[in-house]
Amino acid sequence: MNLSVTDVILARGERQVAGPISFSLSEGESLAVRGPNGAGKSTLLRALAGLLPVEAGRIDLAGKGISDDAPRGEHCHYFGHLDGLKSALSVEENLSFFKQLYGTDSALLSIEEALQEVALAHTSSLPVAYLSAGMRKRVALARLLLNRRPLWLLDEPTSALDTASQVRLGTMMRNHLGAGGMIIAATHLPLPGGTETVLTLEPAQVDTRMIEEAWL
Amino acid sequence: MSGFNAILGQSLKLAWRVGGGALLGLLFFLAVVIIMPFAVGPDLKLLARIGPAILWIGALLATLLGLDRLFQADLEDGTLDILYLSPLPLELAVLAKGLGHWIATGVPLIIGAPVFSLFLNLDGTAIAGVTLTLLVGTPALVFIGIVGSTLMVALQRGGMLLSILVLPLTIPVLIFGVSAANALNSASATISAPFSTPFLVLCALSLISLVVGPVAGAAALRLARD
Repeated sequence: MNLSVTDVILARGERQVAGPISFSLSEGESLAVRGPNGAGKSTLLRALAGLLPVEAGRIDLAGKGISDDAPRGEHCHYFGHLDGLKSALSVEENLSFFKQLYGTDSALLSIEEALQEVALAHTSSLPVAYLSAGMRKRVALARLLLNRRPLWLLDEPTSALDTASQVRLGTMMRNHLGAGGMIIAATHLPLPGGTETVLTLEPAQVDTRMIEEAWL
Repeated sequence: MSGFNAILGQSLKLAWRVGGGALLGLLFFLAVVIIMPFAVGPDLKLLARIGPAILWIGALLATLLGLDRLFQADLEDGTLDILYLSPLPLELAVLAKGLGHWIATGVPLIIGAPVFSLFLNLDGTAIAGVTLTLLVGTPALVFIGIVGSTLMVALQRGGMLLSILVLPLTIPVLIFGVSAANALNSASATISAPFSTPFLVLCALSLISLVVGPVAGAAALRLARD
């Protein structure tokens, strides 16, 4: 499985946000997207998920089990700033909605197991409205474990998380990479697992560089 | 189909939980029906003659009440992003949301209509006529309204704009719904057409909007994606 991004230019409305961006990613690899606020990190992630059209360039996801007719988004877990949780429903009801929506044929962990991974098993019957910001974030992270989707697109996944939860997120990401997944994350913290490639976006400037390749 | 059931189930749960719109719609319907006799005055014959129309207008407004938030809430909390990335076609997602809204807010109106008819001095057959036409006609109202509801996402606006956009489109449903109901109303039988013609047109309107609504709604949601 391989994701290749070639000369992608991102725009919001008439304004060009970032690009041209080129990189490629294979199974078990992760990419950290860095850059100051407004550099187009979130825009890039949304474009990769297919939630935003790209202005120019190509994004190709190819490999075993990836059919051409299904949109790219169906192989992505997009984890954005909005958690998609309904406050009036319980944690368990929210997660069961995500699991059913994404289909039983891609099912991975059960709701109970996923909640254990984020150390929230005791909250499963609580309404989401009762949870703190960090706990909501962890419930949203548990969603990624319910269905198997090879490409994770994480937008600031560590915000609002305490240290212990960041470590757990690290384990989650390492497991995903170990199972042949790919992760692209907009983050300021180092990503766990294997080689890490960093893509730095500059604000309002048509220049992106791969600046470092480091072993962690 | 598990995705379809998930959306349907979620809409129903949300509508009946605290802050949901199901009970609100019913109470609004009741309020509209109750204030009418005060405005019209103590003329029981007149009330019986315009009763079906009042019930239909009340049901129309109550149906539109929760619709503006239906997709906007999903946009604001991020559920819409998750829907876009699901294997379920957007058309079916809109259909599931619409069905959920109809079951949660439309069905209580239909159940309440026979009781509320008593406030308007309707007799047995007239009550049956209104209830039957509401049962057949409210899906049309929901699925015309749902196009407006998805447009609210694209326009990033809500509230009254939805009603202004949608109300003119519901006029045909209102005309045939009320005229079918009036055909069974002895107080206005002399001025109305036979029952079956407007009733069948009403059925057709519901079936058409059941197909066109989700397709147009999905198109609006795709337009809104950014």
